[in-house]
Amino acid sequence: MQLETVERIIQQHQAQKSALIAMLQDVQNEFSYLPQDVLKHISRTVGVPLSRTYSLATFYSSFSLKPRGRHPIGVCLGNACQVKGAGKILEKFERQLDIKCGCTTPDLNFGLQATRCVGYCGLAPVVTVGRDLHSKVNLNKVGQILKQYSKEAAPVKG
Amino acid sequence: MPYRIQLMVCGGTDCVSNRSLEFRDALQKEIEKRALDKEIQVVATGCNGFCGVGPVMVVQPDGIFYQRLTPKDVPLLVEEHFVKGKPVKKLLYVPPGTDAPVPKMMDIPFFSRQTLVALRNRGLLDPEKIDQYLASDGYAALTRALTQMTPEEILDQVKISGLRGRGGAGFPTGTKWEAVRAAEGEPKYLICNGMDRSILETDPHSVIEGMLIGARAMGARWGVVYIRNEYPLASKRIHMAIDQARERGFLGENILASGFSFDLSVSQGAGAFICGEATSVVEVVEGKMGEPRTRPPHLAEKGLWGKPTCLSNVETWANVPPIISRGGKWLAQIGTEKSRGTKIFSLVGKLKNTGQIEMPLGVTLREIVYEVGGGIPDDKKFKAVQIGGTTGGIIPSQLIDTPVDFENLAKVGSMMGSGTVVVMDEDACMVDVARSCLSFAQDESCGKCTPCREGTKLMLDILTRITEGHGMMEDLESLEGIAKIVAETSACGLGTTATNPVLTTLRYFRDEYVRHIEAHKCPAHACRQLNTYRIDPEICSQRGHGCGVCRRECPEKAIIGEKNQPHRIDVNLCSKCGTCLDLCHFHAVIVE
Repeated sequence: MQLETVERIIQQHQAQKSALIAMLQDVQNEFSYLPQDVLKHISRTVGVPLSRTYSLATFYSSFSLKPRGRHPIGVCLGNACQVKGAGKILEKFERQLDIKCGCTTPDLNFGLQATRCVGYCGLAPVVTVGRDLHSKVNLNKVGQILKQYSKEAAPVKG
Repeated sequence: MPYRIQLMVCGGTDCVSNRSLEFRDALQKEIEKRALDKEIQVVATGCNGFCGVGPVMVVQPDGIFYQRLTPKDVPLLVEEHFVKGKPVKKLLYVPPGTDAPVPKMMDIPFFSRQTLVALRNRGLLDPEKIDQYLASDGYAALTRALTQMTPEEILDQVKISGLRGRGGAGFPTGTKWEAVRAAEGEPKYLICNGMDRSILETDPHSVIEGMLIGARAMGARWGVVYIRNEYPLASKRIHMAIDQARERGFLGENILASGFSFDLSVSQGAGAFICGEATSVVEVVEGKMGEPRTRPPHLAEKGLWGKPTCLSNVETWANVPPIISRGGKWLAQIGTEKSRGTKIFSLVGKLKNTGQIEMPLGVTLREIVYEVGGGIPDDKKFKAVQIGGTTGGIIPSQLIDTPVDFENLAKVGSMMGSGTVVVMDEDACMVDVARSCLSFAQDESCGKCTPCREGTKLMLDILTRITEGHGMMEDLESLEGIAKIVAETSACGLGTTATNPVLTTLRYFRDEYVRHIEAHKCPAHACRQLNTYRIDPEICSQRGHGCGVCRRECPEKAIIGEKNQPHRIDVNLCSKCGTCLDLCHFHAVIVE
């Protein structure tokens, strides 16, 4: 099933070398990370060295070589958000999820990243969860956000 | 039969995230329920600009401005204003420091002080409907350019306008167009650097039209719009606009039967700040890592796929149609002698009015911060402003009368950059701000050139030590020395500008650095390792009644106390995270 999906993605971009980034974006959206096997398969099919595909996978922050979780949380640490207390919001997420920034919870429900400026400075502090944007986040909203996306009674520190 | 009222509800990302579309849906439902839909039209527009008070709506043709709207407000609005004709006072905007609402949008200083060129259609049309763009004279400039002007005449008007690149570097656009036109190599390409989402969300056709006119002047055949992956709404709208333009014959072969052909595609970024740099964008479009190219050759000679390429910021392209419609001289009258025209600024940070504005170049920081921005909230003191983005220089409050144009910003150590204006008040620590900005630059450094890759790391290490209380006075000289090398020898704008926050804070706020190093104190209490936290026992017991919230939330279990008794912090266990300070509503936690 994974191979079929990857083949479909490659063919949608006509296996063009110039579309490598777009292919990796589709894989990231599909699997929430870039599996090693998939990188190898794409490299072979498109006809580029694995080192080139790997360099793209590690250069761009929207790609991850490890699963990012069902609900990847991004806390913006751009300057406008920093000025409004984003650092403390990140720390509260770390405490509540009991993971460090850059990691994923053991049940793979949440991943936590610090992002650079996402370009929504008027809404600072900004937190993204997947494609959802949460604006003017404060310390009290951290728990509300986690509750919104928790599927079951996942172990969350209160 | 024309509508008697049009309700322009803001559908920009900022208002949408505050549920403006729910408000719009409730409004539409109520209007239909009351059988008013033949006389009242609801339109979801692009960003109105006044993001700080969203969701917003403008009632046309009277221009009445409503703010902070929720679906609960709908019945009252419809009954009182749209049926009985009486605007609802409690939903109108009240300027800070006053009591009286200001009903009309153009009487509100946030709007009346602006001059809209790139954002000329802001709030006036649905960006997803080409017919509304056409009804606002959309593609009329293109028609004029293709049917009444030669490519040289188009180029002349852009040169006369004095337009300079709005991506940050301010390179004269006419000169760039001339170089691409004269360069050898086919096909020629145009690229739109979509690092800024506002125009693409609000008026995407203006960018397409600008690129079409540019293509005609330079002889380009293909164009690419590069867009950050963090901008899904902008991406959706530019894709839609390109499809619509193609359907109507504004893109493709033999446009308007002129014999001229041009088409556009979209390239999406994958998350890297460096990809705002012109040559990096070209690398990304070619499917590679976004490492900047060595220049020369410049993109005008050898750009995308080795062919002559004109790469400009989205705001630059959006300026082109009015230059052709109204003439280059018209734009040249706005702004200053060397910085003609307007610039879009994002007002963010510690300001009463945050949002997006377009002002004539040469306006002062004072006007931006106080007259448009409304000043600093919570009676705090204005301390500094960073202009141009995270690698922009930081300007102190005493330079508030600096005119904002390319030359004057460079003189004070800053830059136009992206036009982001981050306002900081007395609670900001300038050393910590410099550290945070440098951390960003260091993280985003592509690693290709040694000065940027190693130099930013060295500077960051020094700044981190200073904010943690381990700085030495020699560090200040080291910082300046390393910054000079990085600024002069880096391969691209990221490295050369990464030093701006450091150098400007050393220039204007040196005393704060000295305090951190010699006294091990952070005057703004932002550098937590230099703080000591204690609980005032009187406030805790008399006001807080020993509520225990801080004790329960303290991650180190460093707070001791019983309910209804004053609490205290064990400094040996305290990690100085500041959680207790943030949570205590009674202000019993004191920072020293």
